Amino acid sequence: MFDHRHLISLEKFPKKDIQQIIDTAFNFKEVLERPIKKVPSLQGKTIVNLFFENSTRTRISFELAQKRLSADTVNFSASTSSLKKGESFKDTAQNIEAMKIDAVVMRHPSPGAPYQLKKFINAQIINAGDGTHEHPTQAILDMMSIQEKFGKIKDLNIAIIGDIYHSRVARSNIYGLVTMGANVTLCGPPNLVPKEISELGVNVNYNIDEVIEWADAVNILRIQRERMGIGLIPSSREYRRLFGVTYERMSRRDKELVIMHPGPMNRGVEIDSEVADSEQAIILEQVLNGVASRMSILYLLLGAKEEDGDEN
Amino acid sequence: MAMKIEQIEGRLLLKKPKIIDPLNETETIKDVMLVDGKIEEIGIIEAGNDINFIDCDGLILTHGFCDLHVHFRDPGNGDKETMESGCESALAGGFTRVCTMPNTEPPIDSPELISYIIENTKKMPVHVHPIGSVTKGQAGSEISEMGLMIDSGAVAFSDDGLPIQNGLVMRKALEYSKMFNVPIINHAEDDCLRANGLMNEGIVSTKLGLSGNPNIAESIMVFRDLKLAELTGAQLHVPHVSTAESVQYISDMKNQYNEITAEVTPHHLFYTDEALYDYDTNFKVAPPIRDIRSRWALIQGIKDGIIDCIATDHAPHTSHDKDTTFDLASCGLIGLESCLGVVKKVLVDDEDLGLMEMIKLLTVSPRKIMGFDNDLLKEGKEAELVLFNEEKKWVFNKNDINSKSKNSPFIDAQLSGKVIHTISKGVIATN
Ligand SMILES: [Zn+2]
Repeated sequence: MFDHRHLISLEKFPKKDIQQIIDTAFNFKEVLERPIKKVPSLQGKTIVNLFFENSTRTRISFELAQKRLSADTVNFSASTSSLKKGESFKDTAQNIEAMKIDAVVMRHPSPGAPYQLKKFINAQIINAGDGTHEHPTQAILDMMSIQEKFGKIKDLNIAIIGDIYHSRVARSNIYGLVTMGANVTLCGPPNLVPKEISELGVNVNYNIDEVIEWADAVNILRIQRERMGIGLIPSSREYRRLFGVTYERMSRRDKELVIMHPGPMNRGVEIDSEVADSEQAIILEQVLNGVASRMSILYLLLGAKEEDGDEN
Repeated sequence: MAMKIEQIEGRLLLKKPKIIDPLNETETIKDVMLVDGKIEEIGIIEAGNDINFIDCDGLILTHGFCDLHVHFRDPGNGDKETMESGCESALAGGFTRVCTMPNTEPPIDSPELISYIIENTKKMPVHVHPIGSVTKGQAGSEISEMGLMIDSGAVAFSDDGLPIQNGLVMRKALEYSKMFNVPIINHAEDDCLRANGLMNEGIVSTKLGLSGNPNIAESIMVFRDLKLAELTGAQLHVPHVSTAESVQYISDMKNQYNEITAEVTPHHLFYTDEALYDYDTNFKVAPPIRDIRSRWALIQGIKDGIIDCIATDHAPHTSHDKDTTFDLASCGLIGLESCLGVVKKVLVDDEDLGLMEMIKLLTVSPRKIMGFDNDLLKEGKEAELVLFNEEKKWVFNKNDINSKSKNSPFIDAQLSGKVIHTISKGVIATN
C-alpha cells in the first residue's frame, strides 16, 4: 500500500515507502534494459512539467520516465525573471489546473513553492527541486544507486561534500539516508554548513581527508559559481585545495570509495576529472537510475492504486 | 457576523459591568451612565424603564485599548487598508486610540502630511495619532522637520519598516528629539546581518531551506540604540522586540537609564518559528517569529516589567501580496481584531499573568509612553471604553475580519477573551 498523494519532501517520509519506491525502481530499470522500453502503466494520464528554472537534465529525465510509462506530457517553461510578483505563479497554476491535468512536476527557485502550488490546484504534485529546500527524486535515485552498489543502505558511511546550506540535494539526501539507517557525515566550509544541521541526525566534519578515509561513498555537490561572487568561497582553487575530491586524495586510500555527483560537474573544482571518470564513479549509472526512480515515483503516485485490484 | 457601529444618542446606561481601572488598580461592580458619549456618572444608578441600557453582567469594562504601532496604509495603498477600514478594525478589537506609522506612499515626513492624517481622521470613530518619519523620505540620512510635525500633531518619530542603519543619523535624531519629549522608535534590524533572511534563523529555517534572519540582526541594533539613548539622554521606544537577547539588553539598560520603553506583538508571544512549516506566507513578518527560547523570554520580560506594552504592528496586505511564494510575499500581518483573544490566552490563561496586568499592557502603559491622558474612568470624561467577555473562547474567523486585508496567521486559531462593545468618540461598536 503506497498512500501518498504528492512527493514534496522526504522529511518524515516512511522508511517502508522509500524502500518500496527503490524496489519498484529496480523493476522499471529492467524495463529500461529491454528492446521495447515502454509500459502502459500511465496511459490516459496527463502530466505537466512545470519548470520555472532551467534544468535540462532533470526535465529530460522526468519526460523520459513519463514517456516510458505511456503518460501524456506537456512541458511548460517560464523564467522567473519574467514572472511578476505573485500573479504569474498563481495564475499559471490555476490555468494549468483548469486544463484538467492529473499531475504537475515542478521545478521552482523558491523554497516551499510546491506548498503554495498545493493551495492553488488539486492535481498531484511532484517536487523536482524547490530552491534551497528539497529535491526528493534526486535523493531517491542516489539511494537506489547506493543500494545497487552495496546491496543495502543501512549502516553504510555516506558523506555529502560541498555547499550544504544552499543544497536541496543535501537536504533530501539527509532525510532519506538517515531514515534508511545510513551514517551520514556532512563536509564543507563552515559558513556553508548551517550550525543547527546536526539536529537532523548527521555528523559534521570540516576535514575532507578524514571524511574520505571514513566513507563508503561520497556524494559530491556541485559548487555554484555565484557563491564565490558573494564572498562565501574565496576562490575555486582554494575550494579545491580544502574540499575537492582530488586524484591525490583518492590515491591515498587503499579501499574502494564510491563516487557520486548529481551533475553537472565542475571538473577541477569539487571533483577532479580522473576521479569523475574512474571505475569508482557511478555518476552515469545515477543518470539511468534517475529515469527508473522517476518512473517508480510516478507509477506509485499516479498509477498503482487503480491497478491494486489486478495485482492482489 | 459583522460589527455594528451606532451613534450614542442621549443617555445610555451600562448596567453592572465589572469595572477594572488599570490606572488606580481597582475592581468594582457599578453602573455607568453615558450622556452624549461622555461619562456622566459611575455608581449605583437607579433608572427608569424607559432608558436605553446594556446589560453588562459578566462583562469587564475598562479603558479603550491603545495601540502605538499600526499601519493604515493611507496615503498610497487604499487597496490594503484605508483610514476608515483601519478604524473599524481597531474598534472591533477594542481599540479607541492608535498611532499610525509613517511608512506610507509617500512617507509621512512633513507637517503637511501630518495634517493630512489629522484632518482625514477627525470624523473617524477612533483617535488616530500620526507618527512622523525620523528622516526625510525615510531614506535614513537627513532628519525630518520634527518640530513642525510636532506642531501639526505628530506624537512620535519612526522610520518603521526601514531600520536606521547609520549610527550617526540615529544619534543626531535622538539628540534633536530631546526638545520635544517624544519617543524615537527605530525598527531595530541590522540590514547586513539580516541579509535576505526570510524567517528566523535556526533549525526550522535549515529544514525549510529558507534563508535565516538571525537573532543578532535585531539584538545588536537594539543594543546600539539603547547605548545611543543613554549617551544622548533621549527617549527611545523599542518596537516589536522579538529576541531573548534584546530583552536582556533592555533589562540591563533599564537598570541605569530609564527613558527606555519597549513593546512586544501578540504574534511574537503566541507563535514560534515552528508555525512556518507549511510556508504559510501570513507568518512572514519582520522581525521574524522566533524560536521557543525567545518566546519564553518575551513572556518573562512582560512578567518582569522589562517589556512595557503590547502593540499589534497591524500591517495589512492584500491576498495578491501574500498569495505567492514565500520569498516574494510581503512582510506583515494584521493584528488589531485578534489582539485581546491572543494576549489573554497566552498571558492570562497559559502564563498566569493577572488580568489587571494584562489590561495595563493594552491601556495605561502605551498611553503613558505616548503622553496620552490616562485617567479615563472619571465623570465628565469622553467615554473611551471597552467591554469584553473575559471567559469567551472563540475561533478567529476570516469572514468576520473588518480590516480590508485578511492576512492574519490567527485565522482558525482558538482564542480566549472577546471584545463585545467598544465605545469611542460618541459611537458604540458591537461585535
Ligand atoms: Zn517595524
